[in-house]
Amino acid sequence: MKLLFTIQGGDFTRAGHPSSEVKKVLKQLDIDGKTIKNIVIALYEAEVNVVAHAWKGTVSVEIEENKITIWVSDEGPGIADIELAMQAGYSTASKEVREMGFGAGMGLPNMKKNTDELHIESEVGIGTKVKMVNYFS
Amino acid sequence: MKLKDIAVVLNATISCGTDKLDQEVEMGYSSDLMSDVLTLDTDNLVLLTGMVNLQAIRTAEMADIRAIVFVRNKRANQQMLDLAKENGMCILESPYSLFKSSGLLFQAGLKPIY
Repeated sequence: MKLLFTIQGGDFTRAGHPSSEVKKVLKQLDIDGKTIKNIVIALYEAEVNVVAHAWKGTVSVEIEENKITIWVSDEGPGIADIELAMQAGYSTASKEVREMGFGAGMGLPNMKKNTDELHIESEVGIGTKVKMVNYFS
Repeated sequence: MKLKDIAVVLNATISCGTDKLDQEVEMGYSSDLMSDVLTLDTDNLVLLTGMVNLQAIRTAEMADIRAIVFVRNKRANQQMLDLAKENGMCILESPYSLFKSSGLLFQAGLKPIY
């Protein structure tokens, strides 16, 4: 099964819509609750990152029998130093994003915690591609 | 602790989920930082927050949190209440500060996560 969503940079009112839809589908497929929570938290964090930092992005989801693969790609400023961005507490988020309750430098580490595989590729001034894989137990 | 007991202790208005008031919650967590809420492994908890926006509801949705108390006399807007209802959540609004609300619930036996 494949699902595709678009994300608009800066539009916090729609952030979480793809995660919410993915959660509904996984529930219907009777995937275990803990696994669903891990997947949607990682996706939601990724969505918030796109809304907070990028201009626009897409979420592409592929659900197979034993795993889910999610690609979140954006056109945006990119991440200059991925290793640094993975450190808890490191953030380049704006004051506006922090006022929304995010931007504390916890997103990428939390995505790593909630996924079985996390791959990040980024090019400064072009954008960022994140691939997340979770296996169903 | 039942949600209805939490509502009484916090002198709270129930703006969504009046049918959920008999549900039991064991633990509470107070934060205005949604990034912190998303790192919790526990789910049967009530979230106390002064962060009153749509993302607070979304965060609770993703984290499987079924009840939120908005403190400091802040009110959820209709869009937030619609999303909360869609997700079967209970929304309470208390006139008390985050500190006072947390203290009263702790005193009443609600457990901290850590």
